[in-house]
Amino acid sequence: MTDIMADPTIPILDIKGVSKSFTVQGRTVEALKGADLTVNRGEFICLLGASGCGKSTLLRIVAGFESATSGEPLMWGKPISGPDPSRGMVFQDYGLFPWLTVRDNISFGPKSRGRPAAEIRDTVSRYVDIVGLQRFADAYPHQLSGGMKQRVAIARVLANEAEVVLMDEPFGALDAMTRERLQDELLDLWSRTGLTVLFVTHAIEEAVFLADRVVVMSPSPGRIDAIHTIDLARRRDVSSPAFNDVRRMLSGQLHSHHARAAA
Amino acid sequence: MSAAPLAETSPAAAAVAPPAGPRRLRWRIGSPREPLLALAIPVLLAVVWHFMTAGKTYSLIPPPSEVWTALVDLAVGGINDDAFSATLLTHLGASLSRVFGGFALAVITALPIGLLIGRVPLMRQLLDPMFQILRPVPVTAWLPLAMILFGLGPRSAYFLVFLGAFYPILVNTIFGVRSVEPRLFEAASMLGCKGSSQFARVVLPAALPSIFTGLRLGLGFAWVVIVVGEMTGVQTGLGAIIMEARQLSRTEIVICGMVVIGIAGFLSDRIVMLIGRRLLAWSPSHG
Repeated sequence: MTDIMADPTIPILDIKGVSKSFTVQGRTVEALKGADLTVNRGEFICLLGASGCGKSTLLRIVAGFESATSGEPLMWGKPISGPDPSRGMVFQDYGLFPWLTVRDNISFGPKSRGRPAAEIRDTVSRYVDIVGLQRFADAYPHQLSGGMKQRVAIARVLANEAEVVLMDEPFGALDAMTRERLQDELLDLWSRTGLTVLFVTHAIEEAVFLADRVVVMSPSPGRIDAIHTIDLARRRDVSSPAFNDVRRMLSGQLHSHHARAAA
Repeated sequence: MSAAPLAETSPAAAAVAPPAGPRRLRWRIGSPREPLLALAIPVLLAVVWHFMTAGKTYSLIPPPSEVWTALVDLAVGGINDDAFSATLLTHLGASLSRVFGGFALAVITALPIGLLIGRVPLMRQLLDPMFQILRPVPVTAWLPLAMILFGLGPRSAYFLVFLGAFYPILVNTIFGVRSVEPRLFEAASMLGCKGSSQFARVVLPAALPSIFTGLRLGLGFAWVVIVVGEMTGVQTGLGAIIMEARQLSRTEIVICGMVVIGIAGFLSDRIVMLIGRRLLAWSPSHG
């Protein structure tokens, strides 16, 4: 959201040949091999693949939680060296601070960055409104449903002026109805704010519904296989023939990897 | 619920009941039941005690009635008019100051040391083995050394009480810090809270439930070691009169001291528990 940084000639994220391997009981496992991905400001990218394809590893490297074994992840052309408020993470298990109320969870980031108290108050009440939690602003996380917790987690990174929102299967633990509602709310937020979203999922339909581009990944070693631009008009109709065509194509691609891996 | 009378479960009754209604109702109706149950076995034991000791000339243990008389005399005087009469408040005050003083000293040392051992590997390597070896040494064993190091009198008493309270707080703080979900550190650091500022904003609050368990245990141990702590040549204190009464074969005063320590320990634990409940309102297992 800091527009000074937004040089249109530089991609917001530039992942250059990033690999990650680690050693488990003397054996080296390649979690991610030579991943290349360029993300422009305002794009909605889904990383799609089965477990073990390195999609979460890639997300965690971009977050700065893990460092790449080789290759270079860049943000606005500068190397990512650790976690930073400009890249907010939304975890599948929420990661909310259980001792803080909804309001205080959202103000945690702005407080950490030493924003003035009056500004924090305004920001927090704005984001409490945006995610529709006015009645629960003073509730503790254990009093909330899964969907409400994830709204808090999203509000928390947005209130902290994140430019890139990294989401690691954020709706995976929610029931189908809540998941669909949150997908709609997320798209609505995204289209209004110009956020850049990197969204990890193993659900094909979710990826096709949300993404500008779907990055298809496959396991052993974890790698990027293909990047598909989804040209369907928004709001996408999941029951339309065009939507189904894309879904079938991606499904075929994912399964061919399984067949190959099994062979 | 199935055993509740029909009127209580009817929609009309439920509609007028305030949210806290059922709980308050249960409190009011259930209130005599719980204290009665809690008192049943002590009363039974007192009755057995009475019949085994009352009227026996050569009993070394005084009957309950004699202990009660001694307790009243100890509290307000006017019965025996000896060295013990009307001294209870002085002794209780002295012991309270040692228990809470030693406990406070244990809190302000064990808490930061525990946070460091739990969170900083170097500190763990430096300090943890030493404390592991010191921890099993009984407070009683420290008595002679304490008196050499701190002299006869209250300073040794404070030290021994401190020692009794220190390890439970330390061990539970370390445990609390080590079991903070790693996810919370990731969340804090991506929100801009990094390095040592995580101590106050993540480690301490996340470890608080476990720290409170340590505080309750620590305060309990402070009371447990008060008699040893007051074997250091102090003149006042519940431990001191127990030792003095023992030398004078005044067993009824010894039992009075035991009773008062028990009640004071129970009440101070209640206070810590109430504070804990307020601070831990966020925790589903406390609140």
